[in-house]
Amino acid sequence: MKDVKTILQYDESFDGFLSCIFYIFEYKLSVYDITPLRSETTELFASTTQVFTNPEKSKRVWDKFCELTDKKVQAKVLKAFLSEIKGVENTLGYFIKKVLTEQKDFSIDYGDAEVLKIQQVAKMVHREKHRMEAFIRFQKTKDDLYVATIEPDFNVLPLILKHFESRYADQKWLIFDVKRNYGIFYDLQKVETITADFFTISNTKIAMEHLAEGELDFQKLWATYFSSVNIKSRKNNKLHLQHIPRRYWKYLTEKTIPLQ
Amino acid sequence: MSFDRIQEKLAILADAAKYDVSCASSGSTRKNKDKGLGNSTGSGICHSYTEDGRCVSLLKILMTNHCIFDCAYCVTRKSNDIKRAAFKIQEVVDLTINFYRRNYIEGLFLSSGIFKNADFTMERLVQVAKKLRLEENFNGYIHLKSIPGASDELMREAGLYADRLSVNIEIPTVSGLKLLAPDKNFKDFIKPMEKVKNEIIQYQQEKKLIKSTPKYAPAGQSTQMIIGAAGESDKDIMYSATYYYKKYNMRRVYYSGYIPISSDTRLPSLDTEVPVLRENRLYQTDWLLRFYGFSVNELLNDTHQNLDLQIDPKLGWALRNLQEFPVDINKADKRMLARIPGIGMQSVHKIINARRFRKLNWEHLKAIGISMNRATYFITCDSREFYTKDLTADQLKYKILQNIKSKYQKHFSPQLSLFAS
Ligand code: SF4
Repeated sequence: MKDVKTILQYDESFDGFLSCIFYIFEYKLSVYDITPLRSETTELFASTTQVFTNPEKSKRVWDKFCELTDKKVQAKVLKAFLSEIKGVENTLGYFIKKVLTEQKDFSIDYGDAEVLKIQQVAKMVHREKHRMEAFIRFQKTKDDLYVATIEPDFNVLPLILKHFESRYADQKWLIFDVKRNYGIFYDLQKVETITADFFTISNTKIAMEHLAEGELDFQKLWATYFSSVNIKSRKNNKLHLQHIPRRYWKYLTEKTIPLQ
Repeated sequence: MSFDRIQEKLAILADAAKYDVSCASSGSTRKNKDKGLGNSTGSGICHSYTEDGRCVSLLKILMTNHCIFDCAYCVTRKSNDIKRAAFKIQEVVDLTINFYRRNYIEGLFLSSGIFKNADFTMERLVQVAKKLRLEENFNGYIHLKSIPGASDELMREAGLYADRLSVNIEIPTVSGLKLLAPDKNFKDFIKPMEKVKNEIIQYQQEKKLIKSTPKYAPAGQSTQMIIGAAGESDKDIMYSATYYYKKYNMRRVYYSGYIPISSDTRLPSLDTEVPVLRENRLYQTDWLLRFYGFSVNELLNDTHQNLDLQIDPKLGWALRNLQEFPVDINKADKRMLARIPGIGMQSVHKIINARRFRKLNWEHLKAIGISMNRATYFITCDSREFYTKDLTADQLKYKILQNIKSKYQKHFSPQLSLFAS
């Protein structure tokens, strides 16, 4: 029976994922598949177990992992996890298990295809994080709140939180991920995660009547600036699109505000 | 403020400032103090990109495009018949703060035409920076232009509020400068540069002794050269750049392909194409000098006065030095790995790390992401198969060119080769 695959379902949280790793050690599983609860399984010869998130167990796994690796590697693992790419949990599981078993950091073993995959996925997520730090456009509302809606490819809110907290310390702001239906909100003291239904994937805009006085003027000034700095004789649309792929345009003030 | 008037000024003064290619908002870390506004994180962010693919990171504007000088290559020159405008100090402050709060920009890059005289102009730039820092508690990025001829006192003050200062050399040779910017005195450029360099050194020394010493231009100085306006060679340009890097501790030298703006007979004609590809090759050369351990005379010298536009400068060097190859990926030191065409610095690090675990073969190298269509001919690895043909440099170049479809090919044009001759 040893080789029957065990499907481990978890609640999509990082703690939940680490609890699965704990489970793998506890039950000495060799063939497993870690997968979010909501995803369907169609495998015939597998037993399914729901692993409950246990902060204590997950902390034990993570602490041990942190002892053996440096901050950069830990950040990479977290980033790769937030990619939500199907099957990434197994790649990460393999890696974390190998580090814990052999008591050694393998993160620079780029000859190992799985290690290289983590590196590459983490890089993709990092790029999306960087893009969001760049492309978020706040709009000021009547109650002095700066609001932005986003639709990132990966779940990057946990990664960009610090950046916005330390940069915009003297204004209230809300960044809302309409795809995953949650946001981060800063009230001048601390940042909180909120779920609410102000916005949905089909309703991503802030209603005109909520905007602060002068808000549209500044949006127009920004669009004016953007069009004035362009050098026509150097036009290079391919490069332009490579830097700002079309899917981001609908959230960019300079791409949506008509001049005049 | 009147929105329409501001919009008009912004359009004029952003348009006039756009020929300055420096966009960097990096190299300075400024923490957010006392729950104020903004910070500089050290790496800089491009918040948008223009349709020509350039980074938009800062609100880059002129204080005014009135100018008492008449530099031939500049749109703002006195004799040019254009609309003129000037910002008030508070207007620039308000624009900066409001753009910043909406996450449009990393900060401000403020330059100016020379209005009345150098000090009058410089003083207004300094005032804007001072207001931003002291009244608005703004910790974002500020880049001020050092106005040629500005006094030492003003330059000292400028560095206390700005992250970066720059004087644009624009024309790489002194003789070219004389021809195209007759009002300008070469010494006037050098003076603020020298002052800022010395202040930076002094503040850094004091900082070692007294922790509370304030920051002085933490992102250092930069300069810009226009490419293709005065008929200079790539060698002239890069030797000049090397000089400014060494003598004035420049953080960056920017290269800006000349955009024809005038029918002046001293300049290339109005239908000349912007030398985008040449500019790109110069940046690659600059990169090789700063990060890959090349020295300038290896890449450009009396026998090679201009870069080959068809291939990148590292490949060019390798083809002239075939005796140094092939390089064994599993044994070579960092310096030599960095000299292999098609291998970037990131790949060098990956190779050095990965080969500690096992000998690397072609599959590994491909997975790491090195550019095989160039590297193949210059390396050996853990495999019995590698390139062995004894081709001459020219034959090899031809072979490689056939493999690479240069993404810049469309820029090849008769005009361009005039400059590259
Ligand atoms: S001094 Fe500066 S702004 Fe005035 S014409 Fe010369 S380059 Fe242009």
